[in-house]
Amino acid sequence: MTDAPGANGAEPLLAVEGLHVAFHGPDGAVEVLNGVDFALARGEVLCLLGESGSGKSVTLRTILRLHNPKRTRVSGAVRFAGQDVLGLGERAMSQLRGGDIALIFQEPATAFDPVYSVGRQIVETIRRHKSVSEAAAWARAVELFQRVQIPSPERRLRAYPHELSGGMRQRAMIALALSCNPSLLLADEPTTALDATVQIQILLLLRRLQQEYGLSVIFVSHDIGVATEIADRIAVMYAGRIVEMGPVREVIRAPLHPYTQGLLGSTVRKGMRARRLNAIPGAPPNLAALPPGCSFAPRCPHAEPRCTAAVPEPIAPAPGQLVRCIRAPLA
Amino acid sequence: MAAQPPAPAIATSASAATPTRGYWATVGRRLMRDRVTMACALVLALILLAALLAPLIAPHDPFLGRMPRRLRPFGILNSLGMSDNPRAILEHPFGTDELGRDMLTRILYGGRLSLFMGVTPVFNALVIGGLLGIVAGFLGGWVNTLIMRTIDVFYAFPSVLLAIAISGTLGAGIVNAIVSLTVVFIPPIVRVSESVTTSVRTLDYVDAARASGLGTLSILRVHVLRNVFGPIFIYATSLISVSIILASGLSFLGLGVEPPNAEWGLMLNTLRPAIYTRPEVAALPGFAILVTSVCFNLLSDGLRSAMDVRI
Repeated sequence: MTDAPGANGAEPLLAVEGLHVAFHGPDGAVEVLNGVDFALARGEVLCLLGESGSGKSVTLRTILRLHNPKRTRVSGAVRFAGQDVLGLGERAMSQLRGGDIALIFQEPATAFDPVYSVGRQIVETIRRHKSVSEAAAWARAVELFQRVQIPSPERRLRAYPHELSGGMRQRAMIALALSCNPSLLLADEPTTALDATVQIQILLLLRRLQQEYGLSVIFVSHDIGVATEIADRIAVMYAGRIVEMGPVREVIRAPLHPYTQGLLGSTVRKGMRARRLNAIPGAPPNLAALPPGCSFAPRCPHAEPRCTAAVPEPIAPAPGQLVRCIRAPLA
Repeated sequence: MAAQPPAPAIATSASAATPTRGYWATVGRRLMRDRVTMACALVLALILLAALLAPLIAPHDPFLGRMPRRLRPFGILNSLGMSDNPRAILEHPFGTDELGRDMLTRILYGGRLSLFMGVTPVFNALVIGGLLGIVAGFLGGWVNTLIMRTIDVFYAFPSVLLAIAISGTLGAGIVNAIVSLTVVFIPPIVRVSESVTTSVRTLDYVDAARASGLGTLSILRVHVLRNVFGPIFIYATSLISVSIILASGLSFLGLGVEPPNAEWGLMLNTLRPAIYTRPEVAALPGFAILVTSVCFNLLSDGLRSAMDVRI
């Protein structure tokens, strides 16, 4: 936490290089990630943005190796704090899970086991990673519930998941994720299942906790508004690749990739009454049969023959920015 | 619940509101409200108590036959002058069987064996089948295929035929009957536990447990077992009545309990010739089987709705 976020030369907390993931299904292998590269500095918040099936959640789950190894083929590299995550043994991996890397689920209603109280589940996780007494773990759980602003924490800890409201459950989920002082927090659409007013509260809470603890966060979302609220950098994903990555301000103000432009164009903003939204034509490609070259080419308004010849290499139009489009201006 | 450390001052302010209940407290409260289930539980408790206390409360020796008193009618009928022995008003309240043994005594003693034959095979099958099903459901892959396809073989035979075939091969006797009934009940319990486990395995909280660093064994023990136990247990209770009836059937065919032991199915068989002369006496063991199995079925229905965790 002493490193300045994104400082040059500093070892990144997490580095993902050339990550390919394929699932073996009944119809053969489906390539869901086709070479994902990014690095995350300590204390930095990166938002993975994209529509359903673009590979956002798969990226998160691959970092924790949660996919069934029998049905998943992974290549590339994931390095976390100098360790090769993909090469770790199962024992070391389960130390990492919930200890140094914690995951927040999209649907807190199903991510808690219905037959145990939430407090029980938090105590279980704490005692899994730290050799502390039941009483000490319970005290820690109470403290965590206070940190995530749950009123009367003692009583809420004894509640069963169905006895809490959606927002309360997600706060409890965040408390569970923070229980072992992780340095990296993976958040898989943590606000999608909540209504709008609760959503913003949870986002503000996450932002505050992130700054207090100096956490690195990868935040997955399909909501640009949410991304701008919380992230330092945005990575836009399409068909298993990062098509554009850069600081929030730059990506929102001057999107370079036609897909990002399309996404921004189809967002409702102030003063848009009685105007049609510009939807991106077509549908996301079938991952089992990707189009040749740029995956977005069939839907792109600027597509040209060069686009389908080969997958566009990432270009850096400015320092810290990256785009995979042959039309992007070179720096 | 685990030991909870003393609450700090902050919690005391809000503890006046409705306290949250434990899972079993909720189940218990729901059961108390369900009158039918409570009535069935009461009847079963009485039957069980009567069976357990049979040596103390039975008026006669269950094996002592007296030829002159064969096939007496119910004691109440005696008092109406329908008997040749007017003094025997309460000597045999439920009459006597074909060997002159007291029916009340034999029904009480018969309950011991019948309940034992109803519960034991189901319990054995619950342990063996539940374990196999959970392993098959959780591990999946070739383990699942191996276990489930083996189980499918047993489905080729109707359960009654299978029980008769196994008992017939092993020979008569209580132990053999229990073995054959256990084998009969394992396949359906494996089916149920496999499908419940498969559905639990893909739920978020199993992933969440993995994401917080739990190993496969801990997840199985802590999260899967506790969640699948309810449905499997409920299904097993619904099999008890089937087991009582099948056990009675085996005894009826001479493959289960052997005479002179008292068992409801066996009694039904030996009293068969008396169906025209003393129908009320001949039907008595059947009535006992009916009441017990109906009560077990209704009780398992009540448990099902009370133990549903998705509230």
